[in-house]
Amino acid sequence: MVRNIVALFAGLVFGLGLCLSGMYNPQKVLGFLDIAGAWDPSLAFVMGGAIAVAAPAFALAKRQRRSWSGETIEFPPTRPIDGPLALGAVLFGAGWGLAGVCPGPALVDLGFFSSSAALFVVAMTVGVFVHSGLRAGLRVRRPIAQDA
Amino acid sequence: MTLDLVHFTPLASLCGGVLIGGAAALLILGAGRILGASGVYAGAVQTPAEVWRWWWLVGLVAAPLIAKLVGNVPAPVFTVGPLTLAAAGLLVGFGARLGSGCTSGHGVCGIARLSPRSLAATAIFMTSGFLVVFAVRHLAN
Repeated sequence: MVRNIVALFAGLVFGLGLCLSGMYNPQKVLGFLDIAGAWDPSLAFVMGGAIAVAAPAFALAKRQRRSWSGETIEFPPTRPIDGPLALGAVLFGAGWGLAGVCPGPALVDLGFFSSSAALFVVAMTVGVFVHSGLRAGLRVRRPIAQDA
Repeated sequence: MTLDLVHFTPLASLCGGVLIGGAAALLILGAGRILGASGVYAGAVQTPAEVWRWWWLVGLVAAPLIAKLVGNVPAPVFTVGPLTLAAAGLLVGFGARLGSGCTSGHGVCGIARLSPRSLAATAIFMTSGFLVVFAVRHLAN
């Protein structure tokens, strides 16, 4: 119960942050990624502000065993920088550059009743299932990838 | 490189970033989970029994509706056609899972907890994004 309420507010505040920062708008994200054109550095300010607030929270979370909801606090297992990480980031960045859309903004844009956002989210969902299908097919014996 | 001072919004973007960081702080301290949009979303559609992820999604999608009550939030502008959008969505969904994270999971939470993997992933996907935009906007034309 506590966890669901916390998650609801975390989603809401995250979405409001994307709205206020302008990052829900693919055009603005592309303005950041176009360093050779008229460059809009706004996204760097978003990341700077977010990291400045999140860093002390993670430092505190590392010293605590349980969250307010009583669940254990889970961090991704420490793993080396490997091929899948690099290839995944290359492909992710390519998709991000093609449309100026990443998962958070895509989901928040559903709240604008945007058919383009809906199409992107459907394709993104297919991508998620293609990945898990390939993994199952290859029988990769690795611990299940945690949310970074 | 020239600065696009017409669209540059340092204060709003910094404040929006503070909210995004606050949301990540809330989820780790309150629910013990890292706020990576791709990871939470993939978990929602692949293990629907853990309902907290769906509550997160409800909050996320409700955000623009609430934001529009308080201020002027114009509709997002998608600049590419449906085929490119679908290809981009596939790449983003697949790439984020293979690379264990996206802009929020690696770029915000991972860097905030000084994860070397997340620093590497963020550097790689930013470079990849810069190169693709450069190719599309400046080489193709």
